[in-house]
Amino acid sequence: MIWDPENECMDPEQRREVQLHRLRATVARLAANVPYYRDRFAEAGINPLDIKSLDDLQYLPFTAKDGMRETYPTGMFAVPMSEVVRIHSSSGTTGVPIVAGYTRTEIEIWAHTIARTICLGGGTSADILQIAYGYGLFTGGLGLHYGGELVGCTVIPMSAGNTKRQLMMMRDLKTTMLACTPSYALTLADEAVDEGIDPGELSLKSGLFGAEVWSTGSRDAIEQMLNLKAHDIYGLTEIIGPGVSAECGCQCGLHVCDDHFIPEIIDPDTGRVLPAGERGELVFTCITKQAFPVIRFRTRDITRLNYDKCECGRTSVRMDRVTGRSDDMLIIRGVNVFPGQIENVLVNMEETLPHYQLVITKEGRLDVLEVQVEVSPQIFADTIKGLESVEAKIQDELAGALGIQCRVKLVEPKTIERSIGKAKRVIDLREE
Amino acid sequence: MALADNVTKQVSVFLENKSGRLAEVCEVLGEADVNIRALCIADTSDFGILRLIVNDPARATRVLQERGFGVGEADVLALIVPDRPGGLASVLALLRDAGVNVEYMYAFFITVDGDAVVLFRIDDAAIADTVQMLEENNIRILTADEVYAL
Repeated sequence: MIWDPENECMDPEQRREVQLHRLRATVARLAANVPYYRDRFAEAGINPLDIKSLDDLQYLPFTAKDGMRETYPTGMFAVPMSEVVRIHSSSGTTGVPIVAGYTRTEIEIWAHTIARTICLGGGTSADILQIAYGYGLFTGGLGLHYGGELVGCTVIPMSAGNTKRQLMMMRDLKTTMLACTPSYALTLADEAVDEGIDPGELSLKSGLFGAEVWSTGSRDAIEQMLNLKAHDIYGLTEIIGPGVSAECGCQCGLHVCDDHFIPEIIDPDTGRVLPAGERGELVFTCITKQAFPVIRFRTRDITRLNYDKCECGRTSVRMDRVTGRSDDMLIIRGVNVFPGQIENVLVNMEETLPHYQLVITKEGRLDVLEVQVEVSPQIFADTIKGLESVEAKIQDELAGALGIQCRVKLVEPKTIERSIGKAKRVIDLREE
Repeated sequence: MALADNVTKQVSVFLENKSGRLAEVCEVLGEADVNIRALCIADTSDFGILRLIVNDPARATRVLQERGFGVGEADVLALIVPDRPGGLASVLALLRDAGVNVEYMYAFFITVDGDAVVLFRIDDAAIADTVQMLEENNIRILTADEVYAL
């Protein structure tokens, strides 16, 4: 079933008119209310009232995570805080997180985009939806939650973790739709095997998996082990959270809610807009958001766009599954991590930056991040407990800054490769 | 006697648990004509700390650092301990009664006039007072030069 046929199956020409109208309104409101955008438009010589067609979108300035650092925490908000009813947050490129705000209307819009996602995944009000995305500042849990309730599913707000309890509820309450990260889905599948639970005993029909890159190999494994149809879903905090796009039953690209978010593909080096079908960096412009609309946000995700009508009947533009990024952001167990954040912690602790290296592996299904730090005159203690407490202190500071636990290993001086030019600080040993 | 003379410099080396590291340290010191007088190793599953008393700590530190080892220096006290049952206990009792915490200790094989030599690592801030207390109790502390020449 299609959640919103009027908008999802709209004639493309008509949709472009709707997009243009909404784009003009958003740009005008930003120029009036957000100094950051007013200044950026002025720099680029743009008169917001002068946007004549969607082709003019390419002349608007980009917004990137770095730009958000300048306006932390709420400098980009377009409404007063009294109208903001929700805050969510995710990692910024260094120590400064991204703060997203939502008005009451936006919470409803968001719920509708998620409702589309759920229906794209074959869901209906008869579904029992188990949400194993984290609840809290992360947009995954609460995002899926409000959309699930809107559709009328029976929502089980498990959040992440507690794997044995997840399986128990899944079996006993007869969950039909699972929403979590792909690596957690595999963890649940493994636990089911360990407990001798046959997938045939479960009632799962479909899954909504996102927040990290996953291969077709993982998809096949998840579908086979959990006996469900696995749908890729996509979103990011800066745009709204999950609900930006999702796969339909054809599994031939993710339908974008393009009446709310206009996608573009650009060359990541030059910023030039690329034609449909060409791979490049995905950029989004929000045209219905109120508190925190962003213009031409550079996602750093690499994909391409397809404007053909889909067999499912929807005319919304599709994007390919994302398989890589154009920056150095890592995703560890579904959480965004920038090497810059780690560098920030080390510099603040030791006053000089020690030589460090990140080694990422998979243990079982889950990602493990190990931060290797070279011993130096600043980082040296004569006793075991002294060195162990250095490791523990770095570990605590990192956990606080990144939001996830990593391992810290002290290594001998000069064991980390020195390089000319950009240091190769990350060794990603995960195979996919 | 000046405080600095009583304090012996110990060379501490950080070692990852990789095979051959210990051998390499000894090779480097041998090539630099440095003689090891006493040593001990403290270890965990990930790394170890090798503690050395050598005849030329400054040279040892320099050549080890040049070869890429993580090296630190620590101040230890080399105490003469009567070589009989209860000898060590009596020295430790003195330290305990003075409220001095012993981080670690280890012994030389070499004896001095029939007595044992034991190296003690205590809190840096407590060294001056502890030296005075030990001297008042007639515990002989070897000077750094005496230690390096053992």
